Amino acid sequence: MHSAQQHPDTSVPLNLLEAVNQALRHAMEADENVVVLGEDIATNGGVFRATEGLKETFGFRRVMDTPLAENLIAGLAVGMASQGLKPVAEIQFMGFIYAALEQLISHAARLRNRTRGRLSCPLVIRAPFGGGIHAPEHHSESTEALFAHVPGLRVVIPSSPARAHGLLRAAIACPDPVLFLEPKRLYRLQRLPVELDDDPLPLDRCFTLRAGEDVSLISWGAMIHETLAAAEQLAEDGIKAEVIDVATLNPLDRDTLIATASKTGRVVIVHEAPHNAGFGAEIAATLASDALMHLLAPIERVTGYDCPMPYFAMEQHYMPSVERIVAAAKKTLEY
Amino acid sequence: MFTSTPYDMHHRLPDLPENTDWPRLVDGYRHMALIRTFDKKAVNLQRTGKLGTYASCLGAEAIATAGGMALHDSDVFVPYYRDHATQYLRGVPLYQILQYWGGDERGNAFPADTPAARDLPNCVPIATQLTQAAGIATKAKLCHEQAAVLATCGDGATSRGDFHEALNVAGVWQLPLVVMVNNNQWAISVPRSLQTASDTIAQKAVAAGIEGFQVDGNDLPALLEALDYALDKARHGKGATLIEAVSYRLSDHTTADDAGRYRKASDLHAAWQREPVARLRQALADAGHWDAGQEKQWLAECQHQVDNAVETYLNQPPQLPTDMLDYLYAELPEALKAQRAALATLSPEQTGGHHA
Repeated sequence: MHSAQQHPDTSVPLNLLEAVNQALRHAMEADENVVVLGEDIATNGGVFRATEGLKETFGFRRVMDTPLAENLIAGLAVGMASQGLKPVAEIQFMGFIYAALEQLISHAARLRNRTRGRLSCPLVIRAPFGGGIHAPEHHSESTEALFAHVPGLRVVIPSSPARAHGLLRAAIACPDPVLFLEPKRLYRLQRLPVELDDDPLPLDRCFTLRAGEDVSLISWGAMIHETLAAAEQLAEDGIKAEVIDVATLNPLDRDTLIATASKTGRVVIVHEAPHNAGFGAEIAATLASDALMHLLAPIERVTGYDCPMPYFAMEQHYMPSVERIVAAAKKTLEY
Repeated sequence: MFTSTPYDMHHRLPDLPENTDWPRLVDGYRHMALIRTFDKKAVNLQRTGKLGTYASCLGAEAIATAGGMALHDSDVFVPYYRDHATQYLRGVPLYQILQYWGGDERGNAFPADTPAARDLPNCVPIATQLTQAAGIATKAKLCHEQAAVLATCGDGATSRGDFHEALNVAGVWQLPLVVMVNNNQWAISVPRSLQTASDTIAQKAVAAGIEGFQVDGNDLPALLEALDYALDKARHGKGATLIEAVSYRLSDHTTADDAGRYRKASDLHAAWQREPVARLRQALADAGHWDAGQEKQWLAECQHQVDNAVETYLNQPPQLPTDMLDYLYAELPEALKAQRAALATLSPEQTGGHHA
């Protein structure tokens, strides 16, 4: 730890959206091979304004409004990346990313491997994801598990402005293809300090957001918000919860997860996506295998239900709540 | 301009003008003959269990040879999977083409000191290479490279969104892209007439706002003229072109296919009367630029080169099993180290997926 005198606080307060914008700006300034493309991202600055001002600074050649075709966006990005550009493509909402699946699975994730390193595919696909903003149909999905299953494709999910900034810079610098999922419920939730000149964050590490001995709460994305609130509430009852932000789903930092489970013996995994074959299942299986002798209770999963994301009139019933997380944590303690 | 030679009107090539670049055509003929020799051998290797499922290029020799000859070193080639001649002319050794079809990723590790170094490898998911080619063309334009991108596909690919999406963006962004469709009349068993109700595939360029035309895909001089024009146009920032090269697939779709189930023998017989290699040989002979002695000598040389390639292919050392993980990421992630260690020590008895 450096003292405040040696390193005056140069952080600036940013919300997650502004942090994404700053990270893009930073990457484009540092490397002229970084280009951004997508629907409505140039003149309009993106429907959420994540790319606002980039066209004005870097010009339309590096900030490209594409025709309205997600498969095209992904294919363009694969082609550009194969020749050494570093495209950062925006898919407007995760609910529209499926047209791009073939490019991501059959090409982006495989190009380095199938050419034995001759070509690579250093692209980033950014997509807002998750519910809770009362959006129309197909605008609130959390299907990260589909992508975490794809070998070669990194899946990264920030849960704060600082991690959005540090992880997106790392994703753009990364020589591998990265799917960068932005929890849109957090876009404008709060402004928090972001150190703009800090090093990029590691792309293969979980973050321990709160230390505790009694129970491990494991989550990612917007659900970190509820998970931290649940830890706070548990503390009022004298229960010390450890909170882990998984942050990178693939490749997964199993060591940190095994360590926390071994330490507390009790685990609650929280995600917004449906329960069945959700990414929580991979974490639970890992812990059941590699931390079994330390477990004091069955692993609990607090998730969405096994149904499509409901229209927004009912989304509050679908979304995991602080109360459900607290109840699951207490269940592991009462086992 | 190139629609003046409807393919099925001619058993022979149209008369070539006096100022024809004969050495270039003789070169082209040699390449076509070589690739036909190679193709025959590759099918035989598959039949004798020494190669995997193989997509023959029988009937596509002129199209793929013209592509390889018209491209400049600084251009980029984006193939589908019947482009062996183009790949060869870009610098991919024949043994490496066999390696790819022999189920070995090293076949895609094209030599770094050849024009093929930045070319994409074969693309099996139909038409998906075309949006990538548009991305490569975007990069060329963005970086003022004066380079063109040539992408190929079959007639079946024109039914897919990628085809239309690529042409569409190439029109909007004026990309230096040439898409050449090998309209060989078949997508496995489905004939061209069931892919589209359009009179031609070339006319699909109209909707994208780019130029499109047909060319006889069994006519090397016509293909060279068409590609020289379209690639030059692309390199000079004058936009994209769709070329429909009309030909006929003389082979099965792949060695796993039996075209006898859906293709009339009489159609195949008729198509053989217009096949590209014999047509060019005849035209060169008629003009006094090729004779029986040269033919005999060159075919012997082709056989020699193909035999050498087969020997090199069959004598490649096996890959390490850990290669399947080692090239996936730029650096092996911590998360994969245990799997890699397990793979490194897997005994032959522990391997799976054997034929019963």
